[in-house]
Amino acid sequence: MKGGIIHLVMPAHLRTLAGVSGDVTVKVEGEVTRRSILDALETQYPMLRGTIREHVSGERRPFLRFFACSEDVTHQSPDEPLPPEIASGTEPFFIIGAIAGG
Amino acid sequence: MSNVRVLVGTRKGAFILTSDGKREKWDVSGPHFAGWELYHLKGSPADPNRLYASQTSGWFGQIIQRSDDGGKTWFQPGTPAGEPTISPEGMPKGESNKFVYDTSPETGKPLTTHQWYDGKPHPWEFKRVWHLEPSLDDPDTVYAGVEDAALFRSTNGGQTWVELPGLRGHGTGAQWQPGAGGMCLHTIILDPKNRERIFVAISAAGAFRTDDGGTTWKPINRGLHSQYIPDPTAEVGHCVHHVAQHPANPNLLYMQKHWDVMRSEDAGDTWHEVSGNLPTDFGFVIDVHPHEPETIYVVPIKSDGEHFPPEGKLRVYRSRTGGNEWEALTKGLPQENCYVNVLRDAMAVDSLDQCGVYFGTTGGQVYASPDAGDSWAPIVRDLPAVLSVEVQVFS
Repeated sequence: MKGGIIHLVMPAHLRTLAGVSGDVTVKVEGEVTRRSILDALETQYPMLRGTIREHVSGERRPFLRFFACSEDVTHQSPDEPLPPEIASGTEPFFIIGAIAGG
Repeated sequence: MSNVRVLVGTRKGAFILTSDGKREKWDVSGPHFAGWELYHLKGSPADPNRLYASQTSGWFGQIIQRSDDGGKTWFQPGTPAGEPTISPEGMPKGESNKFVYDTSPETGKPLTTHQWYDGKPHPWEFKRVWHLEPSLDDPDTVYAGVEDAALFRSTNGGQTWVELPGLRGHGTGAQWQPGAGGMCLHTIILDPKNRERIFVAISAAGAFRTDDGGTTWKPINRGLHSQYIPDPTAEVGHCVHHVAQHPANPNLLYMQKHWDVMRSEDAGDTWHEVSGNLPTDFGFVIDVHPHEPETIYVVPIKSDGEHFPPEGKLRVYRSRTGGNEWEALTKGLPQENCYVNVLRDAMAVDSLDQCGVYFGTTGGQVYASPDAGDSWAPIVRDLPAVLSVEVQVFS
């Protein structure tokens, strides 16, 4: 599905860095994929660059995971199209910190 | 009237402790950046209200924070939210958390590898900033010591960072290996009398010096003896924990090595041991009295396997003779059942006439002595584990 206003849920520490108090929305042009969502997020909130994906490699930081429509899409290709519910904004795209520690 | 500001980095945020010159009553602000590891905060000698902070997370990586008002407000000195990350000329704007090793053939060195714990080659990987050292003259210039060990510099207030690749690439890098805390560049000393001279220390590689502003570097480890490495007197491979310099006599350096307290009178060209009568010469911190080059402070720790004070007694040891002869300073410090550690960047001295000495513990206490170590009192008792302590005096 092409383009849309994406609803994003982020960990609290990333919301603090971005200066937002709740969930955020970003506008994606073209195919809605993990890569296009994160590109749009980092353009809107440049202080998040490097905190979700490594600066140079663009690889996901190891302790972060991604969920869409109750599915773990962490290990899908970043260019895999996401479900239409994500592209339409009716379901949020989740960025989740892996649970570690007690 | 002078005021004192103590900058405390902890495992779960930063705290700023302020007092007047008497250093009896303290205001505590924080936690700043709650929940994040604050490896180090330090103020600019040229502008005491300019502070830099290293904020890190295993989840989200490295963040650099800056304050221009003495810690009241903070910001990431990169591109502000809502602004394009590319300038109209096509140049990338600030990315204050972007630390990229210089691998260019023109100015850098191929990354190659360093040694892993088991001696195998391991690629260089940026993990975090351990230490920030602002320039003595320019508030916008600041150095960053990072893990995996390298030295970076920003000349625009922390917006962008460039490696000084001559250190990592000078020739011994393939022999460097991580200490227990990682392969970190933790000590940066800018020589106050020779602006071209910088000292750094890396665990576990050793100490290094440049005399040309950071272009070329050499190891300065002659005299160090480390029995836990294959060649105990090797040129590199020593686990240096911290180095301190007296600003009035910048050739005089003191070092707390993994084991051994060391002294150099020739800017690190040669070292000799001054552990003397210390109960143990393992430890992390070392610092020098601001007005007395021969007065130094350490906190002995039992051993590399038992990171707490011997006999459960928290004691600062002071030498007034440049080492070898040490006295225990105990007044106001717990003398039973104390099993905290004092990490390498967690001691500082202020520059008031009656010198103040400060240190923080992994138990969350920050102790202050307003009388050069004769007596101590906790400023705070229950912070998260303290990673770093720095102090500023300002009017």
